[in-house]
Amino acid sequence: MILKIAWKNIWFKPLNTILSVILLTASVAIISLLILLQEQFEKQFSSNIDGVDLVIGAKGSPLQLILSSVYQVDAPTGNISYEEAKTWMKHPFVKTAIPLAFGDNYRGFKIVGTTPDYLEKFGAKVETGKIFSKDFEVVIGSEIAKKLNIKIGDKFFGSHGDAEQGEVHEEFAYIVSGIASPTGKVIDNLILSNIPSVWAMHDSHDHEAHTENPAHGEEGHVHEEGEEHHHDHEEALVENPPHGEEGHVHEEGEELHHDEISEEGKEITAVLIKFKNKMGFVLWPRLIAQNTDMQAASPAVEINRLFSLFGIGLQALQYLAYGIMLISGISIFIALYNTLKERKYEFALMRVSGASRLQLLGLVLFESLLLCITGFILGTILGRIGLWLISSTTEQDYKMAFDPFAFALEKEGVLFIVTIFVGIIAALIPAIKAYRLNISKTLANA
Amino acid sequence: MITTKNLKFNYNSTIGFDFPDLNCNPAEVLLITGGSGKGKTTLLHLLGGLLRPVSGKINIDSVNLDTLSEKKLDHFRGKNIGLVLQQSHFISSLNVLENVELASWLSDKKKKSEKAQNLLEQLDLKDQLYKLPSQLSIGQQQRVSIARALINEPKLLLADEPTSSLDDENAIIVANLLSDLSKKYNAALVIVTHDQRLKERFTNIISL
Repeated sequence: MILKIAWKNIWFKPLNTILSVILLTASVAIISLLILLQEQFEKQFSSNIDGVDLVIGAKGSPLQLILSSVYQVDAPTGNISYEEAKTWMKHPFVKTAIPLAFGDNYRGFKIVGTTPDYLEKFGAKVETGKIFSKDFEVVIGSEIAKKLNIKIGDKFFGSHGDAEQGEVHEEFAYIVSGIASPTGKVIDNLILSNIPSVWAMHDSHDHEAHTENPAHGEEGHVHEEGEEHHHDHEEALVENPPHGEEGHVHEEGEELHHDEISEEGKEITAVLIKFKNKMGFVLWPRLIAQNTDMQAASPAVEINRLFSLFGIGLQALQYLAYGIMLISGISIFIALYNTLKERKYEFALMRVSGASRLQLLGLVLFESLLLCITGFILGTILGRIGLWLISSTTEQDYKMAFDPFAFALEKEGVLFIVTIFVGIIAALIPAIKAYRLNISKTLANA
Repeated sequence: MITTKNLKFNYNSTIGFDFPDLNCNPAEVLLITGGSGKGKTTLLHLLGGLLRPVSGKINIDSVNLDTLSEKKLDHFRGKNIGLVLQQSHFISSLNVLENVELASWLSDKKKKSEKAQNLLEQLDLKDQLYKLPSQLSIGQQQRVSIARALINEPKLLLADEPTSSLDDENAIIVANLLSDLSKKYNAALVIVTHDQRLKERFTNIISL
């Protein structure tokens, strides 16, 4: 009954109420959106670096190397010699080493040359069909299979680079041999083949492109000239390391022999390393930087750096949201305090009718709490709508989706408690005034 | 039924009141009159347990108000005392019926909805049940507060200047309703007033 009166009272002054609820809703929406975004973002980022201690790739920005090779969101830093990488991959410190070679995409989904270990690292299995065993056989991620409705045995042509509109490699068709199980990680949005497929694709591609269209190199392809290819290639890369923005593997063989491609002089994009001996974690970055043209970057370190960079921005937003919440608390306080004068007769009257002091205290507190709970619920819903909107864009642009129905129980619980706390503080003085009301004086002065 | 003995009250060292002893039986009417500043409202608040006397005793239905704690007094008041004031105050966000129901709920946690409707009908407020109190005329508001004072069938009905803001016609209506209903519910009715119209209407009068 007291609750019902409280409810009726707050809607008796709808403008005051709406102002307070809007302010609360806005602050709760911003904070819960940030909480969910941050948590899911970090979870997605961290889950992808499981099993990767170090990434070896071409020199350049270590963050870029991590983003491109682990998260598949940025352009690669360039290529490295497979020959050279192999000496590190076979090092006794290493437990697993997964080579990656980027080249093409199919409708915006990256085609990555790698080994079956890559699937294992993500805990993915080939759900239907089988793993790639021959050149041009691919395993596609579960999301792609769903979105593009691809089945085993389907054939498709890759487009060059990572732009959907890239030049189509029409010489060789990829054939789908398997579909990977869903993992919630980046692999769901990748097309995986063996590395020689990527090499072969670009052997022929560059050859043909070279003969048909000598001016083709504007996109940053390195075009090699026949016999001298190895030398040229190295030079081109050294001169312009970050140049290979598309990160493809350019291979110019003298002949086209994709059936048995020699590894000699071939290049890959990056290697994901997991150590047996954690000493490598400490020693390798310097060792590799000093002795080779490559760099070794730790995903954990780089991602921490990234988080701390935009952590400042998130923090600022969070402060802003708590500021709005403070204002809404003040607005509730003012609303309650202002109406106290006209309502003291109501309170006196309730006392006359048999209400106790505590019931009046409760009435004022309930009014404030009802506003806060309404604001919290609306804010939580609004925050999730926001997340859903963000998710639909990030999914398109970065292949990263957020789940608006997930709950960050601990942090949202804290937010709820803070909201309630604001409500109690705002109502405290008016409630105490109601509690201590002198009925006789109030009624005598009527 | 209500009796008082040697009732005294001081606001401060200069303003103090000695009240004559009162006695009012069920279904009887006692009119207390006196000019302003004689402590009429103070006496009414003492009788209603809104103020505590400096000395003296108030017995309502053989309960000494002085012995009750603050919380018990709130409860006792809700159950046994009905109050009608010069100006009617209501919970402005609740409609007429809900305001009357609230009084019954506050005294014993029961919403006597049917009884409240009957009472309001008797007071000729049948068409106003779902209106907000602020939409009613002053005479109608006064009748609602009578309904509210009677909903718990109190032993004592206190009225503070119940007619002073009403015109002659409404004043007589309200006075009749008060005396009729207090008889019907067997309540002692104590009216504090300086209204000449009431002095003519009632016979049992104490002057302060």
